[in-house]
Amino acid sequence: MDAIILQILNGLDKGSAYALIALGLTLIFGTLGVVNFAHGALFMIGAFCAVTVQRLLNLSFQTVDETQKDFLGNPLKVDTPYVEAWFGPEVGATIIDWSVPLAVVFAIPIMLAVGYAMERGLIKHFYKRPHADQILVTFGLAIVLQEIIKYFFGANPIQTPEPSALKGSLDIGLMLGFDPNAIIYPIWRLVYFAFSVVIIGGVFAFLQFTTFGMVVRAGMADRETVGLLGINIDKRFTIMFGIAAGVAGLAGVMYGPLNPPNYHMGMDFLVLSFVVVVVGGMGSLPGAVAAGFLLGILESFASTTWATTTIPGINQIIIYLVAIIILLTRPRGLLGRKGVMED
Amino acid sequence: MLGLDKKDTSLLIIVAILTLLAPFILNPFPAGSAMAQFNAGYPDLMQRFVIFGIFAIGFNILFGLTGYLSFGHAAFLGVGSYSAVWMFKLLSYNVIPAIALSVVVAALFSLLIGYVSLRRSGIYFSILTLAFAQMSFALAYSVLSNPKFNLTNGETGLQVYADDPQIFHRDSLPDMPHLFGLSMRSTYKLDIGAWSFDFNAGYYLCAVIMMVMFYLAIRIFRSPFGMMLRAVKSNQQRMNYTGLNPRPYTLAAFVISGMYAGLAGGLMAAMDPLAGAERMQWTASGEVVLMTILGGAGTLIGPVLGAGFIKYFENIFSKINDTILHQWFSFLPDGLEDFMVFIVHPFIGKGWHLTLGILFMLVVIFLPGGLVEGGQRLGKWIRNRGKGAAEAKTKHEPAE
Repeated sequence: MDAIILQILNGLDKGSAYALIALGLTLIFGTLGVVNFAHGALFMIGAFCAVTVQRLLNLSFQTVDETQKDFLGNPLKVDTPYVEAWFGPEVGATIIDWSVPLAVVFAIPIMLAVGYAMERGLIKHFYKRPHADQILVTFGLAIVLQEIIKYFFGANPIQTPEPSALKGSLDIGLMLGFDPNAIIYPIWRLVYFAFSVVIIGGVFAFLQFTTFGMVVRAGMADRETVGLLGINIDKRFTIMFGIAAGVAGLAGVMYGPLNPPNYHMGMDFLVLSFVVVVVGGMGSLPGAVAAGFLLGILESFASTTWATTTIPGINQIIIYLVAIIILLTRPRGLLGRKGVMED
Repeated sequence: MLGLDKKDTSLLIIVAILTLLAPFILNPFPAGSAMAQFNAGYPDLMQRFVIFGIFAIGFNILFGLTGYLSFGHAAFLGVGSYSAVWMFKLLSYNVIPAIALSVVVAALFSLLIGYVSLRRSGIYFSILTLAFAQMSFALAYSVLSNPKFNLTNGETGLQVYADDPQIFHRDSLPDMPHLFGLSMRSTYKLDIGAWSFDFNAGYYLCAVIMMVMFYLAIRIFRSPFGMMLRAVKSNQQRMNYTGLNPRPYTLAAFVISGMYAGLAGGLMAAMDPLAGAERMQWTASGEVVLMTILGGAGTLIGPVLGAGFIKYFENIFSKINDTILHQWFSFLPDGLEDFMVFIVHPFIGKGWHLTLGILFMLVVIFLPGGLVEGGQRLGKWIRNRGKGAAEAKTKHEPAE
């Protein structure tokens, strides 16, 4: 029992990332009808927002401390980050320590702007073109974004540690009444899961309970009629693209501590997120979220020693296998609506 | 000739002449001169030109004719490479059985994948093929290389070892891929004045195969079967209503293009007896899409042009470094020179992929028909300029 709970928990963090990216993909597909191959790149840009914030906060000036000597006997040079000089050493150190959560604040406007610029600058011109062209141009854009990031940040993964207060693990097994050390779970993974639940809940609430969201949903159902009612639906869809980019970006920001960001992380996630979208049902938001968590958890079950010794490497291909089975038996996907991309 | 009309025959002859004389054409600069770095006439690169040409011709039969955009064709290439190396390991270094097996295995593999993926069309199809290719990559990279059952040799890549059976191997035969004793690496060097030309056995094998494949592609394009594939692209629904089931046709196209990819993979292994999983990664699939689009999807000569173009510039761009740039811009004042080098720097050397990505986006946005369409537009523009603008205005394109 405890082993099962442990595997479910282990699957949650990857599942959260899949769910968030797939949610954004589905939002874009549902509103604009575009398949965005650059969505993984947005996830990556988000992660590099965290890297940038971390670097900005660590900007420092050098002073020579005459009272201390280094091991060669020269006066010691001390690097003091500007934030520590401005806010005092303790507050400054805490700010640097919390750079990843702080990056969320920084990433929201950036990701909205990136998404808005992408839609207005490029994707807008591709609504009337065939799907193949949309795939190709966003694929090209993904390569370009990836290479730009590589040019500025290098090819190696960059460590973005979580705040020290959230380091370490919790003994969840003890809380649930199992033996001590049965279920040990890192705190940041729980934070990531909670964060993604909040974001997913926020997006759904926004679509369900605001007028703006209502109009967007109406537009998703019948774009033409909404346009005829005198509503500028294109403008709202552009904003939705920005929001989808924001969701992917935030997923990336918080993912840094789990897996140090590198320039091709987006692509690694993108392929799987597409599979998630297809399994969940193209155009279905709850389907994307459910399939994201489901496949994440499935992957974690397939990574157990028992599974990998029975069928070596099953953890690498389980998601694809499930996707193939689902597509053959239920081509619409788990929660797919009738008539969406059915031809 | 050979059942082709006049236009196609001349196209085939042009391609044949270009490929056979490639060692001359691609080496226009004397060896040792400053421009020698732009020469592309060395065996390794020329082999890549024709091998990727075959790959792209095959991809074009699927994408150009039926419009099904597969993002997983590199998987077939990889499978072809692996089966060829297995033939080297088990039988001998002769390339004939290796290439034959790689085509057969790729055909079976593409039949399997095509059968599943072609149940869906449009975006679903692209995503499905992408997923299959990634799965094959994962299989080759880790799953099928465990100690119990080592089919792909994982990260190291599959290669021939001294203790492999090689049952038909004789001591008189060369210890590398050969065609009945003629080593694929044997190169005849011809020196004329300052120029030096390489004639490589492997290149000519690939070139002959590519010409045959190009001829086959022309026949497919002009056949009733090719018309059916075009019908799938233009209006599948109408085809359904006429009472025709498009799936056998698309599946056949998928398998044919998979066989082309397998052949390319087999040739790759024949030129260099090594097969690695990275050949199957989805970036490799993206590359062949790129070649086809850049050259012109749906045209006969486009994919070959695209393959040559990309492989040539990949080679040249990755070779250029800052020192060469400084030489180029040395006529400018110092500050401006440094500035120009600074501007160009991200696009060269390791930044070649950035250039490629930008080029790709520009082609998709402004020139969806690729280089072939660009050439046609240019030709039309020149002709119209000769005839005068007034006449051009009266011409109208037929409506869709």
